Amino acid sequence: MEAEAAKYIGAGIACLGMAGAGIGLGHIFGNYLAGALRNPSAAQGQFSNLIFGFAVTEALGIFSFAVALILMFVL
Amino acid sequence: MNIGLPIVAKDPTAQFELHKLADLKIGNFDLSFTNSALMMVVTVACVALWFILSSKRALIPGRAQSILEISYEFIADMLKSSTGKEGMRFFPLVFTIFVFILFANMLGMIPYFFTSTSHIIVTFALAMIVMVVVLGFGVWKNGLGFLKLFWPDGIPGSIKWFVAILEVISFLSRPISLSVRLWANMFAGHILLKLFAGFAVSMFAAGGITAVGSFVPFTLTFALIPLEFLVAFVQAYVFALLTSVYLSDALHPGHH
Repeated sequence: MEAEAAKYIGAGIACLGMAGAGIGLGHIFGNYLAGALRNPSAAQGQFSNLIFGFAVTEALGIFSFAVALILMFVL
Repeated sequence: MNIGLPIVAKDPTAQFELHKLADLKIGNFDLSFTNSALMMVVTVACVALWFILSSKRALIPGRAQSILEISYEFIADMLKSSTGKEGMRFFPLVFTIFVFILFANMLGMIPYFFTSTSHIIVTFALAMIVMVVVLGFGVWKNGLGFLKLFWPDGIPGSIKWFVAILEVISFLSRPISLSVRLWANMFAGHILLKLFAGFAVSMFAAGGITAVGSFVPFTLTFALIPLEFLVAFVQAYVFALLTSVYLSDALHPGHH
């Protein structure tokens, strides 16, 4: 296989990692919303936890996206 | 500072290129003043200007002073809730890191400005500052008791060693995950912006029906910019939050 072709295939495979981050983010925001609708008065206090979970999960998706971008443009 | 639009449209990574503005070589070390260093100086200058403008201690605060007071309380609350009262001695460190990253990210959002946090060496240096403080303070305060961080309570003896090994690995990977999180967010976000802007340009240049369709990536660029501002803020906040979580480990290594 040519190196150029392997690069593009690798970038495509690396993007699959973002699916996991998508599932994780859906869980986080869905569960936050479910909890917030049950007890709206406690929702404000958990906002920093929400953002923390969002950033930690989103970072994993961004990692795979960065791998794809490095394969496409840097290597 | 950056290079012109046609090159940026062709190669989205061109925005991260370093240019030497002033040569400086000491021995084998290349200490040249680059555009990245210039952006960091601008960042520090902006922060200093902000602090000077808001340190008049007016009874009725102006805009700059209100924002500074809100930021102070925001970070102080976060630090207090994650480290307790004794963690407030680290407030200058955490607030400095938060403000520096926030300003570096926000200034990077201005078109044609360099984003200094989009280079991993910058974020890694920031993460290593945090790690050195955590290790140094943890050992200074607790002595060998700091090792309790890796030796959790309430776990049966048979798997305790396994958990201890995992704790050591997770501790060692902290500077990597801390720096890569910030770097990758900035790097990917800025490439994404340039990529969609590049799509719009090349689709418009193609003419015909694709030129009509070029409004899709063009509008998407506009939608991405607020998202990038959100990411710029959230990543600065998360870096400060994780810093305070790690500092709380140095303060209370026994329980976490």
